[in-house]
Amino acid sequence: MVPLSYYLAVAACLFAVGVIGLFLNRKNVIVILMCIELILLAVNVNLAAFSHFLQDLGGQIFVFFVLTVAASEVAVGLAILVAYYRNRRSINVDDINTLQG
Amino acid sequence: MLELGFFYLFAGLAVVSALGVVLSRNTIHAVMFLIFCFFNAAGLFFLLDAEFIGIILILIYVGAVMVLFMFVVMMLEVNFAKLREGMLQYLPLGGIIALVLFIEIIAAAGSGVFSPEGIPDPGHAAQQVNNTVEIGKMLYTKYLLGFEIAALILLVALVGAIVLTLRTRKDAKYQNISRQVNVRPEDRMYKVKM
Amino acid sequence: MLNTTELLAIPALPLIASLIVGLFGWALKEKLSHTITTGSVILSAVLSVHVFTQVLGGASFYGNFWTWMLSDTFVVPVGMMIDQLTAIMMITVTVVSACVHIYTIGYMHGDPGYSRFFSYISGFTFSMLVLVMGNNFFTLFFGWEAVGLVSYLLIGFWFNRESANFAALKAFIVNRVGDFGFLVGILAIWYYFGSFDYREVFAAVPAFVAQGDTLHLFSWEMSAITFICLSLFIGAMGKSGQVPLHVWLPDSMEGPTPISALIHAATMVTAGVFMVARCSPMFEYSETALAAVILVGAVTAWMCATIGLVQNDIKRVIAYSTCSQLGYMFVACGVSAYSVGIFHLMTHAYFKALLFLAAGSVIHAVMAEQDIRKMGQLRKYMPITYITMLIAALALSGVPPFAGFWSKDLIIESVGVRELGWIGDFAYFAVLSGVFMTAFYTFRMFFLTFHNSNRVPEKTRSHLHESPKVITIPLMILAVGAFASGAWGVLGLDIANPEIVNGYFGTSLFVLDVHNPLLAIAEEGHHAWYHFVFSAPFWLAIGGIGLAFAMYFRETDMPGKLATAAKPVYTFLLNKWYWDELYERILMRPAQCLGNILWQKGDLGMIDKGIIHGGVVGGVLAGMTRMRDAQTGYVYHYAFAMVIGVFGALTYLVLKG
Repeated sequence: MVPLSYYLAVAACLFAVGVIGLFLNRKNVIVILMCIELILLAVNVNLAAFSHFLQDLGGQIFVFFVLTVAASEVAVGLAILVAYYRNRRSINVDDINTLQG
Repeated sequence: MLELGFFYLFAGLAVVSALGVVLSRNTIHAVMFLIFCFFNAAGLFFLLDAEFIGIILILIYVGAVMVLFMFVVMMLEVNFAKLREGMLQYLPLGGIIALVLFIEIIAAAGSGVFSPEGIPDPGHAAQQVNNTVEIGKMLYTKYLLGFEIAALILLVALVGAIVLTLRTRKDAKYQNISRQVNVRPEDRMYKVKM
Repeated sequence: MLNTTELLAIPALPLIASLIVGLFGWALKEKLSHTITTGSVILSAVLSVHVFTQVLGGASFYGNFWTWMLSDTFVVPVGMMIDQLTAIMMITVTVVSACVHIYTIGYMHGDPGYSRFFSYISGFTFSMLVLVMGNNFFTLFFGWEAVGLVSYLLIGFWFNRESANFAALKAFIVNRVGDFGFLVGILAIWYYFGSFDYREVFAAVPAFVAQGDTLHLFSWEMSAITFICLSLFIGAMGKSGQVPLHVWLPDSMEGPTPISALIHAATMVTAGVFMVARCSPMFEYSETALAAVILVGAVTAWMCATIGLVQNDIKRVIAYSTCSQLGYMFVACGVSAYSVGIFHLMTHAYFKALLFLAAGSVIHAVMAEQDIRKMGQLRKYMPITYITMLIAALALSGVPPFAGFWSKDLIIESVGVRELGWIGDFAYFAVLSGVFMTAFYTFRMFFLTFHNSNRVPEKTRSHLHESPKVITIPLMILAVGAFASGAWGVLGLDIANPEIVNGYFGTSLFVLDVHNPLLAIAEEGHHAWYHFVFSAPFWLAIGGIGLAFAMYFRETDMPGKLATAAKPVYTFLLNKWYWDELYERILMRPAQCLGNILWQKGDLGMIDKGIIHGGVVGGVLAGMTRMRDAQTGYVYHYAFAMVIGVFGALTYLVLKG
């Protein structure tokens, strides 16, 4: 049998990889979005693991909600990206600094 | 024993493919790695008796979301190699933060609270227990409000994505739905005295 | 048991009408506005009379409807208690209110604020009914504040008149002082009894008094029950215009006349008397509080009567008379003759409302002139107003068999039989001399208005006419009350029964036998019907009327001579004992000075110049310029900030253990 802490360790790995990815691929918005997916996946693994070990289906329901929100986020994020690309012919985040104070 | 073997398989492949997502030069490859990562994560979910979530992950995520990624990557004519310039600039900061977070989470996970003594393995559900049915029962009773809100969020995201990417071209002809609906017979047909 | 729906409908009808007309008045025609409000109040009056007849038959009601506030043990329910005391107040309030509603149709006709006015007076009727019908102190307080609010709105009804705004503010601020005491009293009740409910509190009073709690107030030790009663009485002083909080009541005459009749004569200002009577189970156990009630009542009764002697504004004469009569009611309550106090409240409501409405009719006829020196000989032009006002004046003066005689005579007798040392002697002197002065100033005003010589300016003289029916009919209805309510009270309701429990009031009032002046009167022997001929009040009233007749019935030079002969006294009285000036010197000026100092030195000098311009503005500007650089505009910097935030929070939690 696989103990709970093993699953938590896998989730920790995925989470850390996702965070590193955010820093490494800071210029490529698409990869940033994928790194966020990785981080959310780590969360989902945690939720599912706890759900199983605590015998509470609520955890799986929350995975369901997280997936919903993540899917919405990807859809809107990519739509913004496409719209941005259309206007500027680039997705380089170094070019996106109109928010500067 | 078999289960532990599968766990190592899925977990190892998931972590490796996650690294692939982060490190690969070609964004298309990154997307493919992410898909593979999701497959392995789904495998982990199966090991956790969460069959419904696992299937959802494959069908919705791999089938829809990742395809969307793929579309966008292929649609945009971008020199991805250029985007990798200065990649290592933030590595020290990011690396340290990620490492510390990792150590902290591992420390928490291995602290004994979550050890088999702390939370014993309840074992797998019986054959006749239907995960989908159980989730359905909870989703439509206790979590109904959250479910409705999730539906609303999806709708908003759908409309938002369409509005963001909608392009009106000057030379194209468009329907005006409200004018079509409001039209009356007299507007379209009239008698002419001959 | 009474019908709950019926009881709820009595206050609800005016409330609903008030809301409809208040919210949608702009869209309603005048006719619809007054039909809705007047109709609902008349209906409410009819229901009140129905309830009253049931109460006469022994019915009563007690119950909570819902919970207003709930916080741990602090529970404020909303409920009703209908007993004899409540019932008599209900018919008084609704009947007078209905008459005033009808009267207003004629009086306010064509005023731009027509529907607003109706909304206010219906709202007032609702508030007053809540005040009298509630079954706990908090409901009482709600009604108390609500009538105060409506009073403020109505005094300042003509808000483009500066004097009206000042009068409204004055009424509101002076009432704040009283209401503060009232609230302290109510909270003290909560503190000591743990309940707001009348029944629970009153039932616990004897045991509480026996327990003998005391408290120290500015190094003055007093029993807790005295403290509660005195605090409540301060509220009553504010609301009922007792010295030294009486200054707002005469000024409140800036409001339209129907308001003076309804709020500032018949109902709202008597709320204090009602409250003292309602709390008779508490006041009975505090000799100090009762002495304070007598003293304040007697001083007011006497002082306001003296001021009334020389006033020239027709409404102010009546206003001071109201103050004075309220003093009588308090004196009655102070000597434990609560039933008599409430009885006088009822008769006074009818004849004083009538007096005001008749005065309004006169003012209407002489084109908004209120100075009685510019009237005279109006008898010829307005016969109905003349007769009804004569009835009211006779009732106020205490001439038998009019209403005022019955109640006032009982008050004076009650004061006479109680032996209360110098306070009792003073009160007896005050109420006796008050009778003479009341008769004098009432008929001075009456003769100057309707007899004497015609001093109406030529311009208005052609305009003189009797008021329309819609004004005179309420006068006639009230005249019946002013004529008959006294005899009805004593002979029909048996209000003067020495054994209160056997009389009309039953158990709704509580009097210790040793206090009960009616018992003492009864011991002196039963009076024959012609008894009044031998009593001092009767002859004093006749004397007052006689003197007024001699001085004012025809134009004589006596008033002028008298005024010059006793010039200091005359000026002193004409300036209302200089109360306003006194308050201006000792309260307003210092407050204004303090305010100016705080404004100039504190606000402008310290805060604006010292703190704001001295450092805050520069500091914020400098700090913000630097902080602006943190906003690079690069999306990933924001993402990093979030990750680092998570990192920080998690590390903190881990390190904390």
